Amino acid sequence: MLTVLIDGIASGMLLFVLACGLSVTLGLMNFVNLAHGAFGMAGGYVFVVLLNRQGWPFGASLLAATLAAAVLGVALERVLYRRLYGRDHLDQVLFSIGLVFMASAVVDWLMGARQQLITLPGWLSGRIELGVASIGVYRLFLILLCGAVVLALHLGLVSTRFGSRLRAAVDDAVVARGLGIPVERVFAVTFAIGSGLAGLGGALGVEVLGLDPTFPLKYMVYFLIVVAVGGANTILGPFLAALLLGVVDVAGKYYVPEVGAFVIYTAMVVLLLLRPQGLLVKGAAR
Amino acid sequence: MSTALAGAALPRPAPGRAGRLAGKALFWGAWIGAYLAFPDYLPLFGQVAIAALFALSLDLLVGYAGVVTLGHAAFFGLGAYVAGLLAVQGWGEPLSGLLLAAAAAALLGLLTAPLVLRGGDLAGLMVTLGIAMMLYEAANKAAWLTGGADGLQGVEVWPVLGIWRFDLFGRTAYLYSLAVLALLFALARLIVASPFGLALRGIRANARRMHALGTPVRARLVAAYALSAAYASVAGALLAQTTQFVSLDVLSFQRSAEGLLMLVLGGLGRLYGGLLGAVVFVVAHHFLSEMTPQFWQFWIGAALVVLTIAGRGGVLGLLEALAARLRRGRA
Repeated sequence: MLTVLIDGIASGMLLFVLACGLSVTLGLMNFVNLAHGAFGMAGGYVFVVLLNRQGWPFGASLLAATLAAAVLGVALERVLYRRLYGRDHLDQVLFSIGLVFMASAVVDWLMGARQQLITLPGWLSGRIELGVASIGVYRLFLILLCGAVVLALHLGLVSTRFGSRLRAAVDDAVVARGLGIPVERVFAVTFAIGSGLAGLGGALGVEVLGLDPTFPLKYMVYFLIVVAVGGANTILGPFLAALLLGVVDVAGKYYVPEVGAFVIYTAMVVLLLLRPQGLLVKGAAR
Repeated sequence: MSTALAGAALPRPAPGRAGRLAGKALFWGAWIGAYLAFPDYLPLFGQVAIAALFALSLDLLVGYAGVVTLGHAAFFGLGAYVAGLLAVQGWGEPLSGLLLAAAAAALLGLLTAPLVLRGGDLAGLMVTLGIAMMLYEAANKAAWLTGGADGLQGVEVWPVLGIWRFDLFGRTAYLYSLAVLALLFALARLIVASPFGLALRGIRANARRMHALGTPVRARLVAAYALSAAYASVAGALLAQTTQFVSLDVLSFQRSAEGLLMLVLGGLGRLYGGLLGAVVFVVAHHFLSEMTPQFWQFWIGAALVVLTIAGRGGVLGLLEALAARLRRGRA
């Protein structure tokens, strides 16, 4: 019971790190970016290649995966995404689906279609006995690391100059621009941070979520749920949504495996119907 | 809706009445010509007709009513399973199978439309996606009924109208699909030109103004959703009856995405757009995916990215621009 809970929390935190970039593009900038998972996948593959084939240490590979995804994010934002801000949702949907297809095909071609596996370093493998439950060390590491990321994001958004600029740009882009805030650059930097975090999440998730060329499509729905249910104006909303989703998902797979992913999709539709406020708030903020 | 869709609604330079008529005659003549000239490719052409019907159903919803969906495969798949299951359970009459499939999908459309249209654009998008995923998972898990991942086997369809048997070469299958497509296309033309169709276009252009004019916006959109669902379902049912097999991927996200791709490929918001897009898409798919599947997937992705950045109009827009240039050259 406790083990399931801890596993759920760990995968929820992972989902948050993966999805928080999307909560900025989709929630704040009102851009339907279905290709967000592609950045996670990119980070994951960079991580796997560096760790397995180049023999880099765990931490360095993680850092490199994050940076690679961030750089990819900036490049795509500047070259492609920028042209579709303010277009209608159908255009954005088609564009980002196209990106997903291309990303999956390229990865399939370069790395093959099979699941990627990694061997964790010794200090991260094994389990700890905590009273009644035994907890994987890696799960604990995930919770701590992702918790630190959440905290950093929250502080960054609430108490730095960049955070207040971002919030201003989101609340009213026109007025923010009038006040001399470089809205475009703020969004670009935010996009980079979001992609980088997705890369970090993808790298950390190789062990938990798996990694193959279908990754962006498989987890697209999960990311969308996190953003849709969590709302966008805080870090806390998506964070709670991700935790809930992680726990429900793991518990569902553990206790009622015959129903499978049905639980998640049902939960998504029901939550969207009960609480569309997060989305409505965004619509008003535009 | 913002700029791009409004742009699609602007009047285009009319390519002349005679030219347009010739184009249409050429288009429909090509289907017959294909039947006579390439008897070996009939199964492929049957797929084209079915894909064209699916694209047509999406066009009614996305192009005319302006409702964006990511889960239209839900209705396609529902139709395929209804028709397939009927035939497996011993009722293989094809036309009533199509009608029942259409009715089932229209019902599902009526039930889910309020959920889809309830929130904003974004919430609707995700609800369509979620519903399609739910159906996919349901069909996957209910293996006792649907065959699950192995697909539904043993679909036995009776002769069409009691006369034409489904033959090995796919002749009946092709002509049957083509006849259904032509019939439903003609119906769609009537619907689009009716006051109902005009109201839909008005809603897409400016929902608030249509509301002020006294059009029951919500009711019109729900009706359009159900209508489009029924069309998609007939396409799915045709697939099940002509291939005598239903695989799980009739419900997949890939299918919804491909439908949208055909639509933008051909030209959104015009009935011939979806048809042309489907022809280009399925034929290209057939010949390109023989090389490598990844290659094909990469180029669909690239086509989507380029088409959306370059703006919509698709093949049809391209043809019209060409025709306009030709006329100007002559003048």
